[in-house]
Amino acid sequence: MKRRSVLAGLGALWVAGCNKVAETDTGAKLLSAAEKWHRGAHRLLIDRNALAPEYPHSAVSPFFRGNGSTDPQNGEYPRHAANGFSDWRLEVRGLVETPLSLSLDNVRKLPQRTQVTRHDCVEGWSAIGEWTGPQLSLLLEAAKLKPEARFIVFHCADEYKGTSYYESIDLVDAFHPQTIVAHQLNGEPLPVRNGAPFRMRIERQLGYKQAKYLTAIEAVASLEGIGEGQGGFWEDRSGYQWYAGI
Amino acid sequence: MRRHSLSTRLWHWLNALCVVVLFMSGLSISNAHRHLYWGDWGFDARQAWFDVPRFPDWMTIPGHYSLAVARDWHVLMAWPFALGLLFMWLAMLVSRHFVRDIATTRSEWRAQAILDDIVQHLKLDFSHAGGKYNFLQKLAYGVVLGIFLPMMIFTGISISPGMGPAFGWLIDLFGGRQSARSLHFIFAFATCGFFFVHIALVVLSGPIHQIRDMLTGGRIDEA
Repeated sequence: MKRRSVLAGLGALWVAGCNKVAETDTGAKLLSAAEKWHRGAHRLLIDRNALAPEYPHSAVSPFFRGNGSTDPQNGEYPRHAANGFSDWRLEVRGLVETPLSLSLDNVRKLPQRTQVTRHDCVEGWSAIGEWTGPQLSLLLEAAKLKPEARFIVFHCADEYKGTSYYESIDLVDAFHPQTIVAHQLNGEPLPVRNGAPFRMRIERQLGYKQAKYLTAIEAVASLEGIGEGQGGFWEDRSGYQWYAGI
Repeated sequence: MRRHSLSTRLWHWLNALCVVVLFMSGLSISNAHRHLYWGDWGFDARQAWFDVPRFPDWMTIPGHYSLAVARDWHVLMAWPFALGLLFMWLAMLVSRHFVRDIATTRSEWRAQAILDDIVQHLKLDFSHAGGKYNFLQKLAYGVVLGIFLPMMIFTGISISPGMGPAFGWLIDLFGGRQSARSLHFIFAFATCGFFFVHIALVVLSGPIHQIRDMLTGGRIDEA
C-alpha cells in the first residue's frame, strides 16, 4: 500500500508538471506544432489522391453506430424528418462564382460514387459502412471556387450541446476522390442516426470531421469568425486537433 | 573506454522521457474507449475481447479527463520517440554496438547456460565479466529495441486514418485497424513491464553507480 502511494505521488507530481508545461505559451505552441508536423508529413509522404482502404461489401459491420447527435430535435429538423426531407435544401455558397441550392433529388441525379470504408472515431472504435453520394469536387466545380477560397466549411442542422455543429477541411481533402456528400448508407437512404439526409465522408480523417445533417457547404478564405474560429465544433469546444488524420 | 557511448546515453534519457509521456497520455486515450477488439471494426462492449480498466487521474496526462489534450501530448512525443529510435538503430549499427554487445550468438542459446543466468539473477548476483551484457540482458534489450519499441511505431501508424492510404498493407499485416489498436495497447504494457523490471534491476544492482554511468558514460576497467 505504501509503495503504491509513493508511485501515485510521483505520478501526480509528473502529471502536474506536464499540465504546467501545457499551460505556458511555449508549451501550447509546441503541442499545436506537432499536429502541423504530422499534417506536413502526411502530405509529404502520401499521394494527395491516394485512397483510404476500401473493403468488400461483406466487410460491412452489422450496425453503424450513431454518435453525437442521433436524433436532432431543434429548429426545422423534426419537420423535415417527418416529411422525408422532400423540401430540404443543400446550399453551396461563399467564395464561389455560382452559388447552388440543391434538393435531395438534384443530388441523387448527379454522378455517384459508392465506397465501403472504415469510420474511425477519435475515441478508438471503428465501424465499416457502404456510402453513396456525389464527390464534393463535383459540387465545387459546378459552383466554381474563387481563387481566394482556401477552406471548405460544412454547416449542419443539428444543435449539439447547445451549439450548431460545423466542420471544415482544406482543399486537398475537399478535392480528394473519396470525399463525398453521402445520402445512402448500405444501399438505403441515410438513417437519421447517421446524418439524414446528407452527411460528409472525408475518409482520411477521424469521425468528428464527417459532418451530419448537412445544410450548407461554404468556401472561405479563413476559418476566423466562424464559430470560435478553430475550424469545427470539437476544435472550438474541447481543443481537438483540426487536422484529424492522426 | 566508456561503458555507455554518448549516443546510447542521449537516446536513453530522451527515450525515457518520451516513453513515460506517451504511456501516461496513452492511458488517457484508453479511458476514452475502454474496449479492445480484433479485426477491422468494433464499437460495442459485446464485441470486445478485453475491457480495459479506467485509469485514475494521477496516472494520466493530463491529470483530468481530456482526450484532446492527451492526444496533443501523444502526437508531440511520437516524433522524438520515432526519430530517436531510428537514430539509435543507425548509431548501433554503424558503431557495431548491436553486433558486439546486444546480438546473441548461437552458443548462448543453450538451456543450461540460460538456466544458470536465471538462477544468478534470482540470487541478485549481477557480477559479470568486463561489464558486458549477459544473455538475459542481451535478450531483453534486443526484444525491446527490435520488437517492442518498433511495434509501438508501426501499430501507431496503422491506427492513424491519414496513414491508411499509404500503409494499408501494414494494417492488413496486423489483421485490421482494431487489431493494430489492440497490439498497440499490448506492446505498450509490455514496454511498461520492461520499464519496471529495468528500474528494479538498476535499484538492486547499485542505482547511484548505474545512473551516474548512464549520465557520464562511466569507464570499463581494462585489466
